[in-house]
Amino acid sequence: MKQRGINRIAAALLLATAGSAPVFAQQAVKIGFITTLSTPAGYLGEDERDGFLLAVKEGGGKLGGVPVDVQVEDDGLKPASAKQIADKMAQDGIRLFTGINFSNVMAAVGPTVLNAGGFYVSLNAGPSNYAGKACNKNYFDAAFQNDSFSDTAGMVANDLGAKRMVVMAPNYQAGRDAVAGFKSAYKGEIVDEIYTKLDQTDFSVELARIRSLDPDAVFQFHPGGVGINLAKQFANAGLADKIKMITPIFSMVDRMLAATGAAAKGYYLSALWSADLPNAQNKHFVDAFKQAYKRVPTTSAAQAYDTANLIASALKAVNGDVTGRADAFREALRKADFPTVRGTFRFAANQHPIQDWYLLHVEDDGTGKLVYKNVKVIAHDHVDPHVADCKMQ
Amino acid sequence: MLMLLEQVLNGLQYSALLFLLSAGLTLVFGIMNVINLTHGSFYMVGAFCAAAAAAKTGSFLAAILAALVGAGLYGLVVELLVIRHLYRREHLDQVLATLGLALFTNALVTVLFGRSPPMMSTPAILAGSVQVLPGLAYPVMRLALIGAGVLVAVGLWWLISRTRVGMLVRAGADDGEMVDALGIDIQRLFTLVFALGAVLCGFAGVMAAPLLAVEIGMGERILITTFVVIVVGGVGSVRGALVGSLLIGMTDALGRAFIPSLTSMMLPPQLSDPLSSSLVSASIYILMAIVLLFKPRGLVPARH
Repeated sequence: MKQRGINRIAAALLLATAGSAPVFAQQAVKIGFITTLSTPAGYLGEDERDGFLLAVKEGGGKLGGVPVDVQVEDDGLKPASAKQIADKMAQDGIRLFTGINFSNVMAAVGPTVLNAGGFYVSLNAGPSNYAGKACNKNYFDAAFQNDSFSDTAGMVANDLGAKRMVVMAPNYQAGRDAVAGFKSAYKGEIVDEIYTKLDQTDFSVELARIRSLDPDAVFQFHPGGVGINLAKQFANAGLADKIKMITPIFSMVDRMLAATGAAAKGYYLSALWSADLPNAQNKHFVDAFKQAYKRVPTTSAAQAYDTANLIASALKAVNGDVTGRADAFREALRKADFPTVRGTFRFAANQHPIQDWYLLHVEDDGTGKLVYKNVKVIAHDHVDPHVADCKMQ
Repeated sequence: MLMLLEQVLNGLQYSALLFLLSAGLTLVFGIMNVINLTHGSFYMVGAFCAAAAAAKTGSFLAAILAALVGAGLYGLVVELLVIRHLYRREHLDQVLATLGLALFTNALVTVLFGRSPPMMSTPAILAGSVQVLPGLAYPVMRLALIGAGVLVAVGLWWLISRTRVGMLVRAGADDGEMVDALGIDIQRLFTLVFALGAVLCGFAGVMAAPLLAVEIGMGERILITTFVVIVVGGVGSVRGALVGSLLIGMTDALGRAFIPSLTSMMLPPQLSDPLSSSLVSASIYILMAIVLLFKPRGLVPARH
């Protein structure tokens, strides 16, 4: 009874405020947020959703002063179901999308969004086609292009003075792309390329081979559980003391780090963000995230938070009118005039980031817990290699 | 030469893991005639219970106990609630039901333990490496896994060929209805066998946990290979599971170790690279096809 009374008061208040609002009482801008929340990779989507919603929460349900209605859906890591969700959202009139974590899911959703005249702002997935030949004026990547995490790992290897290296990746497209990206920047000798089975859990055979080759360092790209397996077995085989391990941050994200115990100690990582970056926005973000969710933010969360603030800056510029003033909205996105946790952020001609990449080192924080230590900037104003192929319409 | 020996050891420890998983699966398939896709879930449940116990107590023995009890109990519940009703149903019904159970288990474990893979470190006593031969150090944890496989193989041999329960299991595999007609409670026997299979999976889970990621879906990943093992070895026969595990484990390990260098010796890189990676991925399936061509019921089929 009491509950109902309160609801009535709330409803009355809402009506009263709506009545006093300007004539074109602002409708909430709907944002389609499709991400991977189930499956073992679901924690990536959780971090992305939480990072994005943190910015919305800080704005009191608004981004850039414009009320937003973020519709979060789980794609289950299935391109087909993601496409269905996107179709439905586009039919419901949603014209602004983000959230997708995996590039294969992105490939399925991209056409739906762009053909409907909608905008897509990526907070993680960065397939090469949208950075090069298939670049689109309504497609923005606020995170990174996929080549960037592996070619910067090549720069890390150069910087560490690794002369002889073994590269190792799962035998599928993303794995081979990572190796190609690494090779495009690495200047030393690659003594062997090992392609593992996609579902492989045991690496004893490959580790024996690596031991016999005795390289200075290993580059590998094994995200998720496979990467945890590899780290544990690499350390267990006694190789971690002798051979440097170089990998993109995505092969050793926070949750993986927590699951490896001490095994990932000494890893060298290429990353676009680190919790200890010394800028005011980052300090604010890390504190706010910890306070809101009682856990430390990850790179996924940081990318999502930046994406939300980028969208906020553009929504503000057009006062939330994404469809009516699409050209102005696009221009505002291109300016990338928002406070970033990464320190610097600009868009290249293909609407993919120009940003710094960092070398992180996994170290003991003194209490036995492993943390990322930001060592230095490994690439200033780094741009992806596909920008030349992009003829933006 | 040392390299070959090391890779043989790697093959052995993979075989040991496969044997722990396939022994139970082959009994359930052979005796109860149930295709059980939930089998891998017991492996996952065991690993998660072990990680939780290790985090709480810090003791590896507690982890082993938790894995055996957790997986065994869950196996018991699954048998009583679901599998029991599937014995007389078609294989398709069994596949649907047990696949659903596997998905359910994944969700259940997510709810209970969270989505982040928990940490399970190598117990101090099994950490590090020992010199197996001069110049060849091998991780103790992997040797322990081989030891666990041998122990279980001997234990199962004793159980099946030297005890009354084992006699009933063999009789049940040959002709369940006759055993039932002779006044033996075949239902109870089935429950026992099913729980035993789950316990073995739990044991595999705890032994693998220090070397592998303890994560949702880890059971499904290895289940297919486990099925290959029992098909190659002969459905329903524990000896078959042993032979199959050794053959599949060795083929996979040695294939991964030596196929790439062999093909690259014979062919130019642009040909050898894709060929070797496909061969490595397909090696155990090629082996299975060859075995089935000459021995359609597997290498050591259960006597029928």
